[in-house]
Amino acid sequence: MSRHVVAPVAEIPPGGRKVVEAAGKRIVVFNLDGDFFALLDRCPHQGGALSGGIQCGLTLSDEPGRYHFSRAGEFIRCPWHQWEFDIRTGKSWFDPRRTKVRPFPAAVEAGATLVEGPYQAETVPVSVEESYVVVEA
Amino acid sequence: MTDAAIDCDLHPGVPGVAALLPYMDDHWRHTLKERGIEVLESASYPPNAPSSVRGDWRGPKGSAPSTVGQLQEQALDRWGAAIGILNPLFPVQLPFSRDMSAAMARAVNDWVRAEWLDRDARLRAAILLPNGVEEALAEIERLSPDRRFVQAMVLCMGEIPLGRREWWPVHAALEKAGLPLAIHAGSAWRHPPTSVGWPSWHVEEYVSNAYGFQASLASLLTEGVFGKFPGLKVVLVESGVSWLPAFLWRLGKSWKGVRFEIPWVDRPPAEIIRDQVRLTVRPFDAPEDADTVSRLLDHLRSDEMLLWATDWPHAHFEGDALVPPGLPPGLLPKIMVDNPRATYVRIGEEGGNA
Repeated sequence: MSRHVVAPVAEIPPGGRKVVEAAGKRIVVFNLDGDFFALLDRCPHQGGALSGGIQCGLTLSDEPGRYHFSRAGEFIRCPWHQWEFDIRTGKSWFDPRRTKVRPFPAAVEAGATLVEGPYQAETVPVSVEESYVVVEA
Repeated sequence: MTDAAIDCDLHPGVPGVAALLPYMDDHWRHTLKERGIEVLESASYPPNAPSSVRGDWRGPKGSAPSTVGQLQEQALDRWGAAIGILNPLFPVQLPFSRDMSAAMARAVNDWVRAEWLDRDARLRAAILLPNGVEEALAEIERLSPDRRFVQAMVLCMGEIPLGRREWWPVHAALEKAGLPLAIHAGSAWRHPPTSVGWPSWHVEEYVSNAYGFQASLASLLTEGVFGKFPGLKVVLVESGVSWLPAFLWRLGKSWKGVRFEIPWVDRPPAEIIRDQVRLTVRPFDAPEDADTVSRLLDHLRSDEMLLWATDWPHAHFEGDALVPPGLPPGLLPKIMVDNPRATYVRIGEEGGNA
C-alpha cells in the first residue's frame, strides 16, 4: 500500500464525494462533516458503482410503526439494488460480517508536508498553501 | 408408522346446518330455519370434486364423512396415530354478517367439542375463528381454557391481510394462550383469489391458494408480526411446500434492497420464517423421486418446518400411503412426532405419548 494525494480538500466539501484513481483502483472518497472516508467504488454484489448511489441515513426500529432515523448521509446505497453500506466502515447493513465493500484509510495532509514526503501525487499538483486528501491504497 | 405420530390435519365434515342448530342460541336456530339455510358450501371445496373427498371414504350418496366413527375407521384406528388435530372447514367465513359468522363459528366449535373431542381422547382441534376480530377474540377467550384446542384457524384468503394491525389483538391473544395461528387453504370470497381477477375454473382457483399463502406470509412478515409476537407460531395447512424456497429467496432478495421501508424486520426474512412458520405435508406439491425432494428440503434449510398430516378425507393418496413419496425416512420421526410436539405447545406439554 502506498499513499496517494487524490484531491485538494476544498474539492470535496462536507456531504460531497469524488471518484478518484489510486493504485489502479477506482475509489470513491466521501467527506462526512470534515472526516474523510474512502471505499472501493464497486459494490461487492454485482459490481455497481457505489458513487452513483444516493447517500442516506439509517432507519432502525424497535417496533412496527416506529422509525428511528439517525446518521444522515453516512450510508451509501448501491444504485443497482439499493444495498446500504456504512461509509465509515464499508460494511453492509444487512450482513455486515460477510457483505462489505473494501475501505481505504483516508486523511487530510497539509501541502507543506506533502511536497517532502514519500507521496504519490501523479495527478494532483500540490502547493504548500493548501491541504489535500490522502488515500492509502 | 410410529405410534407417537401426530396427524396435523383432519377435517370433521359438518353434514348440514341442521347438525349445528342444537349448538346455536334461540335467535340463530330460528333464523337459520326460517331463512331456509340448510347447507352452506364454499366453492373452495365443491362437494363432488374428486379432491374434496377420497372415493372410498364417501358415504352412500357420495357424502363426506361426518362422524367420529368414520374418522376412527378410515384413519385413526387404521393408521394408529397417537393424536389427530381437527381443522373444521365449515365455511363460517362466508356470511357478510359478522354476527352470523360468529354464531356459526361458535356452533361449529361446540359441535366439534361435543361430537368429536368428547368421543375420542386422541383428538385435538383448531378453534375455528369467525371473520370479525372482536368475535374472534371472544371465541379464543371462550375456548382456550379447554386444552384440547391446540390452535386457532383462519383462511389464507380472508377479508384483509393477516399481518395488518387490526389483527394484532388476535395474534397477541394466541401467543398468550400458547395457540399457533393455523392458516388453511380457502377463501372468504371477498376478493378474487388471484390479483388479476376471477378465475374461470376450479383447478385455476385450487392452485391460486398458493398465492393466498404467499400474500399472507408476506403480510405477517412485513407488518412485523413475527417480531412483535416472537412466541407466535404460524402453521400453513394444506399449503403445499415446494413454492416456499423460491418465495423466501425473492422476499429476502428484495428485503436487502428496500428493508429501510420496514426497519422492524431486522434480520433476513427466511430466518424469521424458518423460526416461526410450519407447514403440513399434504398436499405435497413436488415430484415423487427422492433426489428432487431431497434438493427441495435442502432449499428449506430446516428440518423443523414440516408437520405430518393426512388431510383426511381430502384425496391426496391411495390406500395407506401415509407419507408423501420421496421424503427421507430419517426425517419422518421429526415430521411425525418432534415437530408437531414443538409446534403445538399444548400437545408438547402433555409429555410422553398422549
